[in-house]
Amino acid sequence: MTISRPKTISEKILSAKSGTDAHAGDIVVCDVDLVIGTDASSPMAIAYFEKMGGRHLFDPARVVFALDHYAPPSTTKTAAFHDQVRTFARQTGARLFEVGEGISHQIVAEQGRVVPGDLVIGADSHTVTCGALNLFATGVGSSDLAAAMITGRVWLRVPETIRVRLHGRRPRLLAAKDVALAMIAELGAEGANYQTLEFEGPGVAQFTLEERFVFSNLAVESGAKAAIFAPDDALREYLDGRTTNAGAPVRADAGATYAHTVTIDLSALTPRIAVPHSPNDVVAIEQIVGTPVHMVFLGTCTGGRVPDFHEALDVLERAGGQVAPNVQLVVTPASREVYLRLIADGTLGKLAAMGAIVTTPGCGACCGTSGAIPGDGMTVLSTANRNFKARMGNASASIYLASPAACAAAAATGSITDPRTVD
Amino acid sequence: MATIALEGRARMLGDDINTDYIIASTRKRDTLDEHVLKKYLLETVDPAFAASVRAGDIIVAGSNFGCGSAMEIAVTVMLAAGISAVLARSFSRTFYRNAVNNGLLAIECDTTGIVEGDVLSVSGSDDGVVVTDRNRGVSIGAQPLPAMMREILTAGGLVEYIRAGHWSAGRPSA
Repeated sequence: MTISRPKTISEKILSAKSGTDAHAGDIVVCDVDLVIGTDASSPMAIAYFEKMGGRHLFDPARVVFALDHYAPPSTTKTAAFHDQVRTFARQTGARLFEVGEGISHQIVAEQGRVVPGDLVIGADSHTVTCGALNLFATGVGSSDLAAAMITGRVWLRVPETIRVRLHGRRPRLLAAKDVALAMIAELGAEGANYQTLEFEGPGVAQFTLEERFVFSNLAVESGAKAAIFAPDDALREYLDGRTTNAGAPVRADAGATYAHTVTIDLSALTPRIAVPHSPNDVVAIEQIVGTPVHMVFLGTCTGGRVPDFHEALDVLERAGGQVAPNVQLVVTPASREVYLRLIADGTLGKLAAMGAIVTTPGCGACCGTSGAIPGDGMTVLSTANRNFKARMGNASASIYLASPAACAAAAATGSITDPRTVD
Repeated sequence: MATIALEGRARMLGDDINTDYIIASTRKRDTLDEHVLKKYLLETVDPAFAASVRAGDIIVAGSNFGCGSAMEIAVTVMLAAGISAVLARSFSRTFYRNAVNNGLLAIECDTTGIVEGDVLSVSGSDDGVVVTDRNRGVSIGAQPLPAMMREILTAGGLVEYIRAGHWSAGRPSA
């Protein structure tokens, strides 16, 4: 190969997967390392697969399905969707993650099925979450999923990259969610559309791998195609014990071209909250403290991991150890691994004793597909990623998004509360 | 690209119309039949919208149309309702891919000045796409589609493109 211009992480991964010298703006056809379907997107993907003349998967070891959106099914139709996906997986040899195993992109990360340098597509927009593991993961629809199931390939326009530089000393009670909400507010709802975010700077090391998932996850609320962290010790520690495959860690070249740089000074940030009905409408939480809250939701691929529930329990205990009267607290672990760890360390028992409703691991109440739909006119505070009108299944509910600590503070007090004031 | 020539009424929407607004996730729990779901098209934005759609209507939106979930049913429900094209200042990437894959014309152009009910004509060829607002007598140039998307549209959608054997043998040239 001739000497190439310096590349971003995205340009390097998409060059490797397409066998070309790819730069932003090029259109490439790439080999995919993992194809991920869910119960919400796979029934349509199976229909496209059949219409496309598909008879078998390009590689059964590289196709997985997760039953996560209707977990468990609450209607005969969603039960039938599950049977359809189960049958297809059995016939084709794809790996199926059953009801209760958790959210697709959480499972593949936990089980070491995605590793640095991979190209991953999922028919779920939050597939981008996996980018925290130094790989290119992006969401597609059911037809692109079906085409990749057959051919092992997907076409992609190589994205420009926005550099997100984190610096400054992180205040003690500043959550990853606070920083990520500030980031998507600054970028706007389409500020990263068709582009990749690459994170860098001395601030990155102040966030655990579990926290980096929050950044990669919320990036899609600014339209990002992928949101990628560089490899470091935290990544190696996360992968250790999950997989023996070290993958092909990728760093950007010095001199790579970036669309622009967003700089975030952690030391200047305070807790944030997204107000109805857009995740990009973000304010400092102190601006709306006192707003009554009727339902608190702890869960999802943004805020449903072990440290999130530890943080929430800690705030609830410091606030008196009770859920406020008239507040429904819904707790949904992102995966069975999270669920089992929270049982083992006593967290779930304590939350349940305070009055929490604990539901099946999966997407839960996030998009109104698995129980706990808010009542008319209710105000909901959630650790999720989207607060679109009707998102949780009731158009008259008002959904706010914040960190697990802020959600727990509201559960304890019955109104929006700055978690820094709970002692 | 196949020659495009169509005409329809402008149906105006705002910025950041997400796919949950196009069709609510809770609706697709009950069926994936787009001919049933079409009666809930855009219900969160305007409960009267679905009943007012006439075959051939053209949705005209602001920026970031189709953001949020990558759910493809948002495109197939619009097609079932009779929507012939979507014009927007910009599209979310997942919606745009899904539209092209299903043969729904998604045209990125400056939609400023178009008003509800204007008769729009859309014509396109390999040289580009032009939208004409016949009420105002104004022509609007549109962004050309990326080459790969033109190939998929010309094939009749991604189903036909894959049926034709693309990507299946050896690594294709990009």
